[in-house]
Amino acid sequence: MHVVVVTKSTPDTEATVTVEAGGNVNWGDKLVVNPWDEYAITEAVLLKGAHGGQATILTLGGEEQQEALKHGLAIGVDQAIRIWDPALQNHDSLGYAAAVAAAIRKLGDVDLVIFGKELSDIASDQHIFQVARRLGWNMIGFVSKIESLDAGAGTIRAQRLTERGTETVTSKLPAVISVVKDINEPKYPTFIGIRKAAKAEMPVWGLGDLGLDASAVSPRTQVAGHRELPKREGTVEMIEGSPQEQAARLVEKLLEEKIL
Amino acid sequence: MDFSLTDEQRLFQEAVRSFCDRELKPYAAQVDETGRLRMEAIAKMPDLGLVGLQVPEAYGGADFDSISAALAMIELGRACGSTGLSIEAHNELCCLPIVRWGTDEQKARFLPRLTSGEVLGSIALTEPDAGSDLMGTQTRATRDGDEWVINGSKAWITNASLAPVIVTLTRTDPGADTHGFSMILVETDRAGLTIAPPEKKMGTRASPAHVLTFNDVRVPRENLLGQEGRGLQQTLATLDSGRIAVGALCVGLAQAALETALHYAQERRAFGQRLADHQAIQFKLADAATQLEAARLLVLRAAWSKDRGENYTKLASMAKLFASEAVERIAFEALQIHGGYGYSREFPLERIYRDQRIMSIGEGTSEINRIVIARRLLDEHAPPV
Repeated sequence: MHVVVVTKSTPDTEATVTVEAGGNVNWGDKLVVNPWDEYAITEAVLLKGAHGGQATILTLGGEEQQEALKHGLAIGVDQAIRIWDPALQNHDSLGYAAAVAAAIRKLGDVDLVIFGKELSDIASDQHIFQVARRLGWNMIGFVSKIESLDAGAGTIRAQRLTERGTETVTSKLPAVISVVKDINEPKYPTFIGIRKAAKAEMPVWGLGDLGLDASAVSPRTQVAGHRELPKREGTVEMIEGSPQEQAARLVEKLLEEKIL
Repeated sequence: MDFSLTDEQRLFQEAVRSFCDRELKPYAAQVDETGRLRMEAIAKMPDLGLVGLQVPEAYGGADFDSISAALAMIELGRACGSTGLSIEAHNELCCLPIVRWGTDEQKARFLPRLTSGEVLGSIALTEPDAGSDLMGTQTRATRDGDEWVINGSKAWITNASLAPVIVTLTRTDPGADTHGFSMILVETDRAGLTIAPPEKKMGTRASPAHVLTFNDVRVPRENLLGQEGRGLQQTLATLDSGRIAVGALCVGLAQAALETALHYAQERRAFGQRLADHQAIQFKLADAATQLEAARLLVLRAAWSKDRGENYTKLASMAKLFASEAVERIAFEALQIHGGYGYSREFPLERIYRDQRIMSIGEGTSEINRIVIARRLLDEHAPPV
């Protein structure tokens, strides 16, 4: 079985993101593996362990994306490939999907593609569905548990987390899934993986390698601008009186504000 | 000269940091309060190599270089002093002597279990009447046929209650001065060995330290570790390496203290401005960061020298001496910045302050390290005869 996990380095979730006067976004200096992808990487390694075969980690981006790939290798993924081409500089999700789907096709024998449920920086998951659409494969979003997977028979049965509860679905393989954090406990790197990651050759696939030309990834959408969230203003009001009076007044206030 | 880490060292450092942030740091206060290590975290350590840092892979270890081992100790110290100290003693004082002087049979017998994450190793040097004064070691091992018979007592033996085996320094020939000592591997289930309940300590409270009594403890002759009569020399060599690791633990504890102080100084306000805007506080932070950096460089320099196969005795003592005294000053000032909150158990500094205190005592006091440094220095600069 061949599992592919697709990842991206995103700004540290603890970083303070600001928008400069000129409209540029300052995302902070530090990049981390998109937190949701930690689960996707772990699931790929667990599936490889349970079903045999191989796991590949893919990313799209410049050299700053190498770290996410190394992290995947350190956890136990077998090979890492970075997709990059100058034509992808200002890609949108459609261009992203075209390039990633082409890379998955190029790998050839893929049974399952796993994404973390969304990207933490732009809080979006449309690129995942677009990759599935480009491949023409079924898409199962928000998977909280893979109940069974049979690469030979080409089937998967998975639990999805929905707002109403869980939903169990089956699909034929190959398929694309996105995973939520209930699916596993992220694995730590191993020293054996770290050694492999430190020495790994990570090929870079350009548009030529993917059989695409620049028009296939040229952005259909333009970002018009960024602005910061309005500052939240808070006021503090101290309630005087005995503890009983304070409690009574607090309850009144909470009811007035429709919090209770 | 190149101060950058290799890719492998950097990836390892990041992996250990993330492990410690998740598995140790959130539990450090609880571990201190209950006096018990979180063994489920230690059980997860073999995959990262933390319980076999410099043990060959064939015996379940990770066979890291000394710089990587020091980086791991820094991260452990930053997260939890108790766990850091126990892991340090396990790696440096139990595993390493077996790696260094053990026979193939001894390595195969003890190391896979020691690197399993289910136990921690131990060494027994100090006695009720002999600490820094190793020559005062009284625990006696005598030969009886194919066995050693051990009698005596040991004190402050870290990890003894968690260990399957204790590397024990014994006197095998009372008349032979510095060549009258030997290291013997004593399994903890041997009849006649009693491990007393853990000492009640000021800091590193979950790293258990015990009094041991040996009452006609019999072990097979082949449990001798290294050469008969070379126990003192083997002990000194073991301590050299351990001092780099203790220095690294100090760097980690100091880093935790400084990080906590930096955070607090930018949150807390006094006299209309943040603490961090007061020059008196800025000076404390600047001094702490400078001392921390100096300690880190000295520790990594000693580890680098060890990896190059140089004699690193003096550097290891310098690293341990400086780092253990620096962390005392850094923790003191970090607590001072916190004021009353620093003195509260609700904040981590109170624990860090207590945890660091042992570092200038254990594995060679500051005074002993000054003697080691001075002797080497004077030897290196002896006038021509």
